[in-house]
This record gives sequence, structure tokens and C-alpha cells, in this order.
Amino acid sequence: MSVSTPSLAPSERVARAQALMRRRWLRSRYGLAAPALVIIGLFGVLPLVIMVIYSFLEAGEYGGVVWNFSTEAYVSFLFQRDIFDGHLIFSPDYLIIFLRSILFAAATTVICLALGFPTAYFMATRPAHQRTLWVFLITIPFWSNLLVRTLAVMLIIRDEGLINDVLMALGLIRAPIVMLYTDGAVLLGLLYSFLPFMVLPLYASLEKMDFRLVEAGFDLYATRGKVLRRIIIPLARPGIVAGCLLVFIPAIGAYVTPLVLGGGKHLMIGDLIALQFASSRNWPLGSAQALILMTGVLVALLFYVRSTTGKAQALHG
Amino acid sequence: MHGIDAPFKCPWGAWREAFNLLDCRPVWEAYYREIAILADIAAVEARGVTKIFGQGQDGVRALDEVSIAIQQNEFFTLLGPSGCGKTTLLRLIAGFEQPTAGEILLKGKPVEHLPPYQRAVNTVFQSYALFPHMTVAQNIAFGLEMRGSPKEKVQGVVEEMLALVKMTGLGGRRPAQLSGGQQQRVALARALANHPDVLLLDEPLSALDLKLRQEMRSELKNLQRRTGITFVFVTHDQEEALTMSDRIAVMSKGKIQQLGSPIEIYEQPVNRFVADFIGDTNFVEASVDGSAGEFVHCRAAGGLDFLANPTANAAPGAKVTLAIRPEKIGLRSGGEAGTVAQTVYVGTDTNYELSLADGSRLVVRLQNAVDGRAQFAVGDKVGIEVPAGAARMLVD
Repeated sequence: MSVSTPSLAPSERVARAQALMRRRWLRSRYGLAAPALVIIGLFGVLPLVIMVIYSFLEAGEYGGVVWNFSTEAYVSFLFQRDIFDGHLIFSPDYLIIFLRSILFAAATTVICLALGFPTAYFMATRPAHQRTLWVFLITIPFWSNLLVRTLAVMLIIRDEGLINDVLMALGLIRAPIVMLYTDGAVLLGLLYSFLPFMVLPLYASLEKMDFRLVEAGFDLYATRGKVLRRIIIPLARPGIVAGCLLVFIPAIGAYVTPLVLGGGKHLMIGDLIALQFASSRNWPLGSAQALILMTGVLVALLFYVRSTTGKAQALHG
Repeated sequence: MHGIDAPFKCPWGAWREAFNLLDCRPVWEAYYREIAILADIAAVEARGVTKIFGQGQDGVRALDEVSIAIQQNEFFTLLGPSGCGKTTLLRLIAGFEQPTAGEILLKGKPVEHLPPYQRAVNTVFQSYALFPHMTVAQNIAFGLEMRGSPKEKVQGVVEEMLALVKMTGLGGRRPAQLSGGQQQRVALARALANHPDVLLLDEPLSALDLKLRQEMRSELKNLQRRTGITFVFVTHDQEEALTMSDRIAVMSKGKIQQLGSPIEIYEQPVNRFVADFIGDTNFVEASVDGSAGEFVHCRAAGGLDFLANPTANAAPGAKVTLAIRPEKIGLRSGGEAGTVAQTVYVGTDTNYELSLADGSRLVVRLQNAVDGRAQFAVGDKVGIEVPAGAARMLVD
């Protein structure tokens, strides 16, 4: 194609030049994003595709898959096949583990919010030069590995752990209180791991808040509780939403914490999926479970986003 | 809160309903306001209020033993440069800060123990502090809702307030969708909707452009007259203070320098700070010659004679500072007292900077001729006429 033909009208030439500029601009943008896109494509999207395919195949006897189409993995999520005549019996075992996980993740989110909000508020109301220090302190746990931190929790709460030792030495109890390998231990571990993910977004939104609005609220006869409910919480809403998502989504798929602190008796989805790929050697089932979890979270998120944006628009109208 | 704000509720069944339908609060309010005025109870009173921010050596004394009584129905202005403590005093009245020493009284009752939400006082904030997540109507309704007013009544008051500040029909907007002037009006409406005893205004006009500011001045003054609410207005703008106020307290360094009507403040400044801060002033060092009738005869180094207002330190021979407003001095051609060194055209007037015999300077402000021409030119020799009493002897 010729770059410029003299027969073209000037306006057309301008349009062509603009189109060329635009193409160049787009090319440079894509060029810059390319390395990241390649990594996401290779190691994010491709495994997902493989997982979708595997979930519709038959399980190999020693792991792996047999290339025959089958919906067995999805069926066996809810049903058990009778060994003799092969008819399906409803079996809620997996479903219960899923519901338990949702419950745990929800409880973690709610408690993290309850604990994190006052913390974030405290941080946001410090003098500006102190705030950086507080943010720094909140991020300290990230310096060490999650597994190490979880094992540390285990050392503290086990039967011969720090708490029990101290209580026994003080003579307050005779036999150790069993804390490790309970639901409480799992919840504690989840709270400990995810609290910073709640505090940081909350802090980010509270820190931007104009505290003169709080004064205005007090001035207009709102008590402390009403100022919190009518002014601070609505203004911190983006932070609350972000914090809840950042806690709930990783918490529902948590693997290390329930494994170490729940002792395998108190499985969560993450452990169940891991189990399928390891000792159970049922890759299709593991893939199906992972996809069901992902779909569930996505659908819930979509509903959530739709409901909140709808409300915001209604308020604007 | 106090008795006036709780609507009187008749306890007998159906009668009570009927009674509550007659919204008597405005009547009671007006009645009590009259009584309070008759009884000469100050709407706001500060007694020896000191406020120190910080501890020990680093403590900043924002207010230093300030005592002040603001009357009912008054448009009272706290005027001073930034950092003079005027906003601190306002925040103490609102209840956002507690005084280090002394006490604040509202309608004669100490309020130290009352949080802001229990004081019948509302504030118009400098930044307006409108709630961004609420509509204009929701903003205005907020105070009434918090006090538990019934929905229909709140609705009525909101409409009334929107009309009062000329914003009818904009109740559904968000603060972010409004201009600065409109936000200002909403902030006013939000505070006035509660019928406070006292309205505190913290430099509410400083964010507006000049034209709008001048408009809002007269509107504010009108609002104050119509509502009969005591206004406490904080500003650093002397023109605002002079045009709107019934009384002005000029503040500096945490102290009230002078308290009086705009005319008193402008015409009879008590000290150098007040004379300097409000309007333009010539300061002339002079020595007292002796008394001359109701005035004191003073002689300045530049060879000028003044008949000044007498003050305490007027003993003959004493060195004093005289303050003379530029517009009070007259010039005549053909004199030898000074030479015009510079002229500055300021619209209606021209400022003439004179160089006197001893080299000192004196600024004179004269109205321009009809065609806008200045009356004197640079280099003209002029005579200076200072009417008796135009020079004011300052205490310090």
C-alpha cells in the first residue's frame, strides 16, 4: 500500500494519519503488556483450559486421565454409585465440606471485619507521620512464609504448647485444653492469616475520608453510633467491599491452614481438591471440584457487584 | 438539650394527638427568645476561656483568657488574621474542643459536659463538609432525622429550607454536582433546618469568588434578620466584618483586642493592631503639646499639628502614636507641607503618597473628579489639612 497518494483529499489524508497513529499507539501498549499477558496466558488460562478438559474425562487408575468423555466427576460430586447395580445414591459428603468451607470463610470475613475496622479507624486517625509506621507494622506478617506462621500458631496452641504450659504452670488448669485440630483452631488460623488483607483496604478508604464530615455529623445531633452508621461506614464502603472480597475468596480456598491446624479431620475445599490429585488419584474429580468452587465464587461475586452498583445508580437517579 | 427544644407534649390521649398537630415549637421558641432578650441572657458567653494545644513547653496558647458575651439575635463577628484563635473559639462553642480553663455558657448554662450533638448550636463549615454520599435533601434532613422528627415534618422543612436558600428543585442532586455557591447554600440550609439558638459560621464565604461573596453577604445578613437566630461569624476579611456585623470582636494572638460596633472598630481603634488590621492607616509618631479644648494638641516630626482624641497617656511631652485614616486628610494646592511622591488609582479614589519635610511618608485618599482624573500629580507641592479629632491617639 502506498503511504500517500496525491489523489486523496486532505481530510482523508488526515484521517489516515490518525488511524496510523492510533495503530502505532495500540501496538506500543500491547507491546508493553505482552510479557505479562504471555505469562497469564501460559500459566493462568492454559491450566484452566486443561482443568476444564480433565473434568470431563475418566480417571486413570494410578492418577492421570483416560481420554474418554465422561460426566462422572460432576455426578460423583453429589451422588455415590452403588457398587453392585450402579444406580445413583445422593451423597452430600462433598457438599457438606463445601458448605463448611463457605461457613468458615464467611465467619472469617465477618470477624476480620469486626476486628479490622476499629484497627483501620485507629490507624487512619493517627497523625500523618505515624500512619506509615502502623501500615508497616500491619504488613510485618508478610515477611515470613504462611506455612511457617501457621506452624507457629500450632506451637502456641497445641497440648504442650505455650498457652497450655503457662496455664498449667500457674496451676489454673490440670489437664491441657485441647485447642489444636479443632474448628476453633482452623478459624483462628484463618483469622490470623487474613486480617491484614482486611485492615489494609479498610485503612486505604478511611484514610481518604474527610474527618470534618464526622464533626459535621456530631454538629447535626448525630450520636457516635449514628455517625458511624450514617457517615463513616457508607463512606468506607469501597474499602469494606474490597476487604471482604480479599478475605472471603482466598479463605474459601485455604489449604495450608486447615491442613495444619485442622489436622485433616476438618477438611476445607482446598484440602479436598488437593486430596483428589494426591492420594485419591482422581484428577477429573479434583478438576470438577475446583471448577465448581470457582464458578460458585464468580456467580456470587457477579450477583454482589450487580446488586451494589444497582443501588448506587438508584441513589444517583 | 434544654427545655425549649423538646416540643411540649400533652399527656392525655387524643388531646395529645390534637395538641401535637399544632406545631407549637416556633411559638415557644419565639416566646423564650423574647424572655431571654428581656432577661438579658447572653446567647453565648465565654468566661476566661483559655485553650492550649499540646503539652508543656511546646503548648500553643490559642486562646488566652477570652471573655465575651454574645447577645440573642446578634450578628456577631470574630475578626482576625489566621492563627489568632477565632476558629478555636468557634470550635469551643460548637463543642469540638474543650477549653483548658474557663467556661462556655449557652443561654446562661455551662455546656462543658455536653458533646456537640447535645448543643442547640449548628455550624456552617469552611469546607462546607456536605455528606458526599447523600443528596442535597438528605443532607438538609440529616439534623432533623437525628433528632427524631416525623418524616412528613422533615419533608416540609427541607422544602422550606430549599426555598429559603433559593435551591428549590435541586433537592435530588449530589453535593458533587453543585457549584461552590450552591454547596455553600446547602451547608447554610442544613444548619438552619434545625432552628439552632446559635449559628456558627467558619469563614463560609472564603471559597467563593468576589461577586458571589458580595451577593452572599447581603443574603446572609437578610437570613439572620428573618430567622432571628444568633449568628457567630468568623472571618479574616475586614470588609465582610464591617458590612454584616452588629458587633465585631477583633482578635489577635489569642486575645480580643477590641470589641464594638463596626463604626467603633473603624473610627476608634484602641491599639495599633486594630488600626492596622482594619482599613488603611497612617501611623504618625508625635509628642503631646498640651490640651486644646476637648482634644489634645500633638506635634509630629514632619512639622504637622494634630488635634487628636485624648486617651489616658496624654501628659504633655509624652511620645505617642497617632493613627489617621487616609480618607480623613484633606489636601490643598499651594501649600508647602509635602510633595506628592506617588499616586495610585483605585477606581473611585486615588491614593496620594506624600513625602513630608522630614522624609516621612503620609498616605492621603481623595475621591476622583467626575471624569476620573486625579486632583494632584506627582511632584505637586501640597498643603495638608487634618480635621480636629481625625487623628486617634493609640494606647500602644
